[in-house]
Amino acid sequence: MSEKQKFDIVVIGDAEYRTLLTDKYKNRSPYVRPKASDVTAFIPGTIREMFVKEGDKVEKGQILLILEAMKMNNRLVAPLTGVVKQLLVKTGDIVSKNQLLVVVK
Amino acid sequence: MSLRSKTNELRKRMKSAASGGGDKAIEKQTAMGKLTARERIVALLDEDSFQEYDLFVEHAAKDFDMANKYLAGDGVLTGTGTINGYPVCIYAQDFTVAGGSLGYMHARKIVKIMDHALKLRVPLIGINDSGGARIQEGVNSLAGYGEIFYRNTLASGVIPQISVILGPCAGGAVYSPALTDFVFVVDKISKMFITGPEVIKSVLGEEISMEDLGGARVHASLTGNAHFYAESENECFAQIKTLFTYIPWNNGKKAEPFQPKQPKSRTFKLGSIIPSDSKEPYDVRDVIKALADESDFFEIQAMWAQNITIGFARVNGETVGIVANQPMYLAGVLDVDSSDKAARFIRYCDSFNIPLLTLVDLPGYLPGIDQEHAGVIRHGAKLLYAYSEATVPKITVILRKAYGGGYIAMCSNHLRADFVFAWPTAEIAVMGPEGAANIIFRKEIKEAADPEKMRLEKVEEYKQKFANPYVAAAYGYIDAVIEPRETRKFIVHSLAISKNKEVRVPNKKHGIPPF
Repeated sequence: MSEKQKFDIVVIGDAEYRTLLTDKYKNRSPYVRPKASDVTAFIPGTIREMFVKEGDKVEKGQILLILEAMKMNNRLVAPLTGVVKQLLVKTGDIVSKNQLLVVVK
Repeated sequence: MSLRSKTNELRKRMKSAASGGGDKAIEKQTAMGKLTARERIVALLDEDSFQEYDLFVEHAAKDFDMANKYLAGDGVLTGTGTINGYPVCIYAQDFTVAGGSLGYMHARKIVKIMDHALKLRVPLIGINDSGGARIQEGVNSLAGYGEIFYRNTLASGVIPQISVILGPCAGGAVYSPALTDFVFVVDKISKMFITGPEVIKSVLGEEISMEDLGGARVHASLTGNAHFYAESENECFAQIKTLFTYIPWNNGKKAEPFQPKQPKSRTFKLGSIIPSDSKEPYDVRDVIKALADESDFFEIQAMWAQNITIGFARVNGETVGIVANQPMYLAGVLDVDSSDKAARFIRYCDSFNIPLLTLVDLPGYLPGIDQEHAGVIRHGAKLLYAYSEATVPKITVILRKAYGGGYIAMCSNHLRADFVFAWPTAEIAVMGPEGAANIIFRKEIKEAADPEKMRLEKVEEYKQKFANPYVAAAYGYIDAVIEPRETRKFIVHSLAISKNKEVRVPNKKHGIPPF
């Protein structure tokens, strides 16, 4: 059968099944474990204001930046007490959902 | 004035009202490869059967200079007619009139024909081609959508509701189709989205075309919003006409029976479709065609969640709704999308008195972090709910694998299938032999001199003992183990004997399915 080559393998219950994959299955994104040090955009929007720069010491709960989305100004705060290790955005940037904005360590 | 001159005036008024948005706008519509609203109705309904209402309705907007504007029929045609002799109520938005935008009177026309459809207990067809809410009419336009949604919900499960997307259908407008039973889309013409490319660009800075965001192909293959995909409007109308041969007018009736016909048994041979190795794929549609009258199978959502196959066929002249695991895709597993797809179809069939035929061959649920986090528990539960709730005749045929939770979910005896048949190739077990042997004989395998050899032996041992239909049959969970070639005979008999099926369920307002 010439069709044989095009099948992929899916493993279920320790058994290997020969089958085609759906596009959705092929395009699924791998799981990334969330890190306590990461501040990400919970909603797509625009960075309106930044209150810290790299190297700044921050307290847990301190406001880092304003993310405007759906006409609301959202305050994003430090997830822990530490130092701003990385600042990956600047005022005016348009960010997508789950984009990494700030790393605090 | 004489009758003649009054009649002439009527004709003049009708001509003007029926002219839509004028020659220029119609030219534009045609240039987009689209038919006009009137042409669509004529193409879809039986010849000369369209009777139009509310042709002289005019918009009631006052603000923004609207009072000086004339909008023919306020941008929507409504009426009644027949399809294959069936009575239907229909409306078609006219994009040539103010972009088919929905204002107060436009919505009033739609709502009026919806009320007719529900009262007369006949199917409702909505042809959508609209830029969205008529902004100049403000909250009245929102009110119009709300009134439509309410009626869609009220009519749901009472009369068939069909949405045909033949142009843009954006913002709130998308929710009427989403509430209806079947959504038809046409390549390059249909566009559905909540927020369009412009908003997405301004918020996200991401550029995407209307086609890539919410074109026909996207909704037919990625979102599952569309049930039928066509390359042209005429192909789409042919699909709608075919659908009407399978479904009843309303929930008080059964689908019209056809003259019974035999399957094309030379092309589709039940004995040779399924590979004996349960890990090898095949196309379950060949099994369906081997069982269906004239081997005709009308598949629904063919491009989405292909690991489950759903659709209509006739067996001995009677419409049946078929749900079948499709080993050709993802080994036929249940997952978030396939559970949603099957559950909704089961509820459709149950609402409209269409018996259910379930063909089982699945290794279980799809493992994966993405599935768990996407809520496969709550989505998978929909399938259990829909099968348990359904009171139409339910016939299940286990072709090959029926492992674990998948066995229960696929209309097992325990969810009140009326008849469960199994082929001799059926493997009904708590899990696949490989997985089961690795757990049950873990110690023996680990301690063996040659663990791999021992593992294979134990897998074989488990297969021999449990991977068959006879253990389940011994408990009465299978009603009969049958030869594949007898399958149609058993189905025909089961359908005939279930004609007066009656199930009493506890009195309740409604259940709470895991939406």
